[in-house]
Amino acid sequence: MSESGHKGVLDWSIQPPYLHAPYVATVRRAPHHPLVPLAASLMERTGPVYGEGDIGPLDHDLTKNAAKNGEPLGERIIVTGRVLDENGRGVPGVLIEIWQANAAGRYIHKNDQHDAPLDPNFVGAGRTLTDEKGFYRFISIKPGAYPWRNHFNAWRPAHIHFSLIGRNFSERLVTQMYFPGDPLLEYDPIYQGIPNTKARSRLISRFDLETTQPEWALGYRFDIVLAGYDQTYFEPGGH
Amino acid sequence: MRAQYPSQTVGPFFAFALVREGGNVLVNEQTLGERITLKGRVLDGDNQPVDDALVEIWQADAQGRFRHPADPQHAQADPHFKGFGRSGTTGEGFCFQTIKPGPVPPSPVPCIAVRVFARGMLIHAVTRVYFSDHDNTLDPVFAGLDPARRQTLVAQRCELPGGVVYRWDLRLQGEGETIFFDL
Repeated sequence: MSESGHKGVLDWSIQPPYLHAPYVATVRRAPHHPLVPLAASLMERTGPVYGEGDIGPLDHDLTKNAAKNGEPLGERIIVTGRVLDENGRGVPGVLIEIWQANAAGRYIHKNDQHDAPLDPNFVGAGRTLTDEKGFYRFISIKPGAYPWRNHFNAWRPAHIHFSLIGRNFSERLVTQMYFPGDPLLEYDPIYQGIPNTKARSRLISRFDLETTQPEWALGYRFDIVLAGYDQTYFEPGGH
Repeated sequence: MRAQYPSQTVGPFFAFALVREGGNVLVNEQTLGERITLKGRVLDGDNQPVDDALVEIWQADAQGRFRHPADPQHAQADPHFKGFGRSGTTGEGFCFQTIKPGPVPPSPVPCIAVRVFARGMLIHAVTRVYFSDHDNTLDPVFAGLDPARRQTLVAQRCELPGGVVYRWDLRLQGEGETIFFDL
């Protein structure tokens, strides 16, 4: 990315560019100047630290955390996986926040005008922390596809938004999890904005019979690899 | 080595999940340091305010310490200051109630780390904000930046009846485009 030999945290053969014209909103929002290399100072090697006190007991269960008089409509799902660093080590204490549309493809956000019903028992937001080995687990319902106005007859594939805050300012990822076999992925300029097929496919969760619970919910597995500064010294006994 | 996962846009509908009441207020009554408001707009290539962006900040406490184990002095960091804030933008922009950080050695001047997310950005952008009442050329990072562009990182101090406000617009594109970093 730079002539100075600076190796940044992000791999630009994997990460989407700022300008991806098929996704029309990028055209007026993409910076034009090249990024300037920044060697991390202490500020970028530190970040907010979260603990159990930051999370409520139902925060991870989107089928319960906004229920008013029953259960949300839709296909109940379990989404689970492990957050790893680039060395394959589980990352503990990652704050994962998710948000999504309901089963009909409608967000609760006031600006979503899609003509589909809201669900009185579903907000579609959740949060959790990864455990000491990096594992997380959410319970939700499968989100519906929804239309948007990027181009004629544009539909977003079903997805769950993920925000991850890792062990320092550099270890930060906002992404989207998709579902296997979704025919809309091929037409989606957001998904297709990722520069290579292999990197793209990592955002597709895997149906997992082990996670699936009989008579209750389908299981999807979604592991996530976070880029960031090496934190070896941060671990107990590390040197 | 594992391959890192790609970013996707935060989209337009994140606020109900990510923007919490008080998330842009980093201080309480006991926090040490000079109270400041950091506010400004996020502007697009047509110089129009982006009213659906998310701005995050991370900063040291008034003594230049971080409440994080990578800081050798973290045990002395202000227990009443976490250092992380989030603000969703409206047409008026973003706004944080915080304190002016202390400088973090080896830099003799303070600054704040900033990250912006938005619909139309497939990946976030990272920048920094410095303060107009310091000689920022003493900062090793700032000193290395293009002098024609580095003023885009400087917030202007305004002493108003309600308190100290630093104004800083973040321009995603076009004339006066903010410097963004490859961290």
